[in-house]
Amino acid sequence: MSARGRRPRHHALACPAFVFYALATAGCTGSQSILNPAGPNAGNVSRLWWLMFYVCAGVFLLVIAFLTAALVRTPRKTNKLAHAPDTEPDARRERRMRGVVTGAVVSTVIILFVFLVASFITSRSLYALADPNNLRIKVNGQQWWWQVEYENDVASQTFRTANEIHIPVGQTVTLRLTSSDVIHSFWVPNLAGKRDLIPGHETTLWLRADTPGTYRGQCAEYCGLQHAHMAFVVVAEPAEQFNAWMEAQRRPAVAPVSAEQQRGQQVFLASPCIMCHTIRGTDAGASVAPDLTHLASRQTIAAGMLPNTRGHLGGWISNPQELKPGNRMPPNPLSPEDLQALLSYLESLK
Amino acid sequence: MKAEENTMQPDQMSATTSAASTTAQAVPAVSLIEDQERAELERTWSDEPGLWGWLRSVDHKSIGKRYIVTAFVFFVLGGLLALLMRLQLARPENTLLGPDLYNQIFTMHGTTMMFLFAIPVMEAMGIYLVPLMVGTRNIAFPRLAAFSYWIYLFGGITLYVFFFLNIGPDTGWFSYVPLAGPEFSPGKRVDIWSQLINFTEIAALAASIELIVTVFKLRAPGMSINRIPLFVWAMLVMSFMVVFAMPAVMTSSLFLTLDRLVGMHFFNPAEGGDPLLWQHLFWFFGHPEVYIIFIPALGFVSSIIQTFTRRPNFGYTALVLSMIAIGFIGFGLWVHHMFATGLPQLGESFFTAATMMIAIPSGVQIFCWIATLWSGRPQFKTPLLFVLGFFFIFVLGGLSGVMQASVPVNLQVHDTFFVVAHFHYVLIGGAVFPLFGAFYYWFPKMTGRMLGERLGRWNFALLFVGFNLTFFPMHQLGLQGMPRRVYTYLPGTGWGKLNLIATAGGVVMTLGIALFIVNVLWSRKRGRVAGDNPWGADTLEWGTSSPPPSYNFEHLPVVQGREALWARTDDAPVVTGLKTDCRDVLLTKTFDAEPDNTMTLPSPSIWPIGVAFSAAVAFIGSCFTPWAVVWGAIPAFISLVGWGWPKPKDEKCDLTPVDEWSEEERRKEASRAQ
Amino acid sequence: MIATASGVVLGLCLMLACKREERGLRVDPPSSSRVNSKTLSELRPGNAQVVSAQNEFEENAFAMSEGKRLYEWYNCVGCHAHGGGGMGPPLMDAKWIYGSAPDQIFATIVEGRPNGMPSFRGKIPDYQVWQLAAYVRSMSGQVPKDAAPGRDDDMNVKKPEQSTEPQEPRSTGGVPKSAERPQ
Repeated sequence: MSARGRRPRHHALACPAFVFYALATAGCTGSQSILNPAGPNAGNVSRLWWLMFYVCAGVFLLVIAFLTAALVRTPRKTNKLAHAPDTEPDARRERRMRGVVTGAVVSTVIILFVFLVASFITSRSLYALADPNNLRIKVNGQQWWWQVEYENDVASQTFRTANEIHIPVGQTVTLRLTSSDVIHSFWVPNLAGKRDLIPGHETTLWLRADTPGTYRGQCAEYCGLQHAHMAFVVVAEPAEQFNAWMEAQRRPAVAPVSAEQQRGQQVFLASPCIMCHTIRGTDAGASVAPDLTHLASRQTIAAGMLPNTRGHLGGWISNPQELKPGNRMPPNPLSPEDLQALLSYLESLK
Repeated sequence: MKAEENTMQPDQMSATTSAASTTAQAVPAVSLIEDQERAELERTWSDEPGLWGWLRSVDHKSIGKRYIVTAFVFFVLGGLLALLMRLQLARPENTLLGPDLYNQIFTMHGTTMMFLFAIPVMEAMGIYLVPLMVGTRNIAFPRLAAFSYWIYLFGGITLYVFFFLNIGPDTGWFSYVPLAGPEFSPGKRVDIWSQLINFTEIAALAASIELIVTVFKLRAPGMSINRIPLFVWAMLVMSFMVVFAMPAVMTSSLFLTLDRLVGMHFFNPAEGGDPLLWQHLFWFFGHPEVYIIFIPALGFVSSIIQTFTRRPNFGYTALVLSMIAIGFIGFGLWVHHMFATGLPQLGESFFTAATMMIAIPSGVQIFCWIATLWSGRPQFKTPLLFVLGFFFIFVLGGLSGVMQASVPVNLQVHDTFFVVAHFHYVLIGGAVFPLFGAFYYWFPKMTGRMLGERLGRWNFALLFVGFNLTFFPMHQLGLQGMPRRVYTYLPGTGWGKLNLIATAGGVVMTLGIALFIVNVLWSRKRGRVAGDNPWGADTLEWGTSSPPPSYNFEHLPVVQGREALWARTDDAPVVTGLKTDCRDVLLTKTFDAEPDNTMTLPSPSIWPIGVAFSAAVAFIGSCFTPWAVVWGAIPAFISLVGWGWPKPKDEKCDLTPVDEWSEEERRKEASRAQ
Repeated sequence: MIATASGVVLGLCLMLACKREERGLRVDPPSSSRVNSKTLSELRPGNAQVVSAQNEFEENAFAMSEGKRLYEWYNCVGCHAHGGGGMGPPLMDAKWIYGSAPDQIFATIVEGRPNGMPSFRGKIPDYQVWQLAAYVRSMSGQVPKDAAPGRDDDMNVKKPEQSTEPQEPRSTGGVPKSAERPQ
């Protein structure tokens, strides 16, 4: 812009090309993007965001245009500061400018009012998803994983899992959010805005996925050492698949079949594992760590940090502190045969 | 002046604001006083030489300069911490910094910038400039100003010493409980953070009180309330905001200390406390805090625009009223930091409306300045370049803020890099760019030399390009789902490219800051010598030498118009009759600045350091035991007694009865009356 | 001058700083070389062994806060409550049946004890046992106050460990009659 004066600009041009390329290719789509909604909660917000974006971009360009015009239009016959100041500006011009400024302020008020109304309408639509007949899921945040409990009026039909939530496509879900330790925040950008999990409080979030898919979420309130690795996955699937999944999750753990799996179960029950983990159907019943009854049915381990494969699981069990330093799981030095057996057993827990 | 009347009647002084006064003596603004008087003023007002004199100084210029330099050092430290963060985040799963160190670094970065740089540097500019701009010899309560600096310095040093001893706070600059509570933050890390609040907020409160009193009572005659320069208005509004906001954060940090040290239950839900109480208390301070940082910058922009467009600012009244409006409305926004906590819908709506509303006075400011630029003759010196950068960056940041005022949008972008982008745009664009402009603008006044103009342009260019390169991609990152305060991220998220760009921008910004430091160091010795008024500006500080003498003005000026120097006629009156052998200043009435009284300001003293040191002992000790309050109270009491102990020399200024005057004094008075 | 003075004062205050604030995140897997367990017999040839091991975790705030967390996670509260005892003996008082030294508590946890204390060998990694041992000692005030845990976010059942007055440990001279299992 010529308004900047005699400032050398050639150095500034080298970067923008790369920047624009990167910005363009980064795009607005992609998982975990708020502008890639898959349900009404995120969808309404996304629409509101675009409205505000275009209006604000327009306002910004207008302000910069006026500013540039202000700088460029004045004939600069002299560049000397010794130029005498204009202590008594022309009264007519001042009046005209007052009119323009007042008009700008009035426009600002009108735009803000439009935003306000749009915001209220969107806000109401978020609360409109509330319904006592919704599927109810309780999420309890802990450092640094998510305990998920599917509620049911019939107590024996409830079950717990961890770090992975399945929901039926097209059905609204009510999430009741609590925390056992510090403040966390439940956020799956493709589906809904976030809601904090606050100790001593219970907060509620409603969401619905209208498109089947796997959506990644992440903790969005700084909660300590491994806040960066406290993620989870929401799987939206058709109703039949969802019901089948629920039925499978309600069942206790599969009994080990092969000799190696049986040995693996022995290793599990003899190791520190039982001090923290539950596998329903066995003697392991501690609840301070994720429920492993159906570990093999999950896509990720370590709260969304690692894919659930044999190799990753083996590394995680051996020394979780190397992968997620500071998290609550201690290292477990097992002999190689014991570790392989344990992995075979855990892989069988579908 | 006769000394038997303790209260000076306005018409008995030979200061004048109107030609009707019978004792008026219209004297030219050119220096009139004899060398002897000048020497006497110098003797009265200057500090003793050497380290001892420097430690005891209560000269607002000396204190202001050291405050600015110290704040800038913390700015550089905070910036280096940010650079480390950016280097860690440049690649996914980078191993430069582990989680513990990264968490300490981002906490230290935020704490340094918000508590040790942003507010202190604005207070410092106020301490230096306001007494000069209102036309008086020193700031009100000068020993309190010295104390404010020392307690701030001790607090900052303490924090960094603790940081290098691995006791740096690691729970974020706003330190939410229960993470910062006794169960989840073992050790003393959060305690030192909590005590730092005490250090810095006491310093800010002290400085604000002085500024308010200076602006209300020490203005030059003729500077009525509608002639106060816009920067002084900004400092006044900011100071009032500090007075109301700081107690909230001191309360919250007190509660946190009590929870951690003594086992109270303010934030323990099991015993009737509430983690949300922390958030409300903190953000009741935290939101006004950012306006406290921002409003002095508005003052900088007004000053610079006025000078470099060669015309008075358009819409003075609107500018003043909108600053005051921002000050008020700023206290009604704090819940917008808590939209995700599940508050009732109606309450949230109120804060959405208030948050959007504050865009209106901000907009008024922007529009008035554009109008000024439109009808003025812009001179593109470096200060104005920084102001133009401010426009670009701050308006963008303000608009992203309006977007976040809406609850639904906020629920998606809260605690993501979108917010990080927003607040850096408004804080760096809205405060740091004007601050750099102010540095370039007032450096000649403070040191007597101009900063290099060419280096200044490069400084601006690097900072502007680097800043946008660093923070613009963060909007995108937030929209793509990247939360903030994460020490690393997975490769599969696709955030790597934009993070790399942001890191590159960070390096460019570092170069820009380095260039500024080079410019300052070089120009201090070799810059072009500035005269009294190299920019042809209008405010009173440009009406004295560069740097100003210890007594600021040979004669205190009498203000004839809103733009004091531009309205000054050749036969402008000045104040005469103040004593030169003691620290005599003129008090004027609050609204019309009619001369009201004279007063003796305190002389240099070592006791403010004593009080600051005692307070430091109390605060640092309070990390470990409640008894520290007692340990610190005893030396504090002793130092306060020393501080307030009346000196015979001060008494002589006002109260010595006439019949006790010495021969020399009678002779001096006789010659003065002639 | 001021800087030096401040430095000296700070240094005095912070002598425990380094140890207290360490966070041992990357813990090496427990190796097989453990501290020698406490011998149970009074008879031995020659002289007694060297002084029992110190527990460096007692100066580390992070370790003791971990110990406090594990105390609940591993259900020590089930028998010992929060130090007041129940089925198991109190841990916050001055009476120690099997010794109050750090390695004696280590042995108690790892070996178990007659009359009901389970053996946690193989179930709790060594470094966590040391953390628990440090925390147990903090319950009777035997660790430096500035590293001891503060109150936790639960119902207030007792003074936080940092405010606990030190209890001079004394041996009960054997198992109390009330703790003897019926034969």
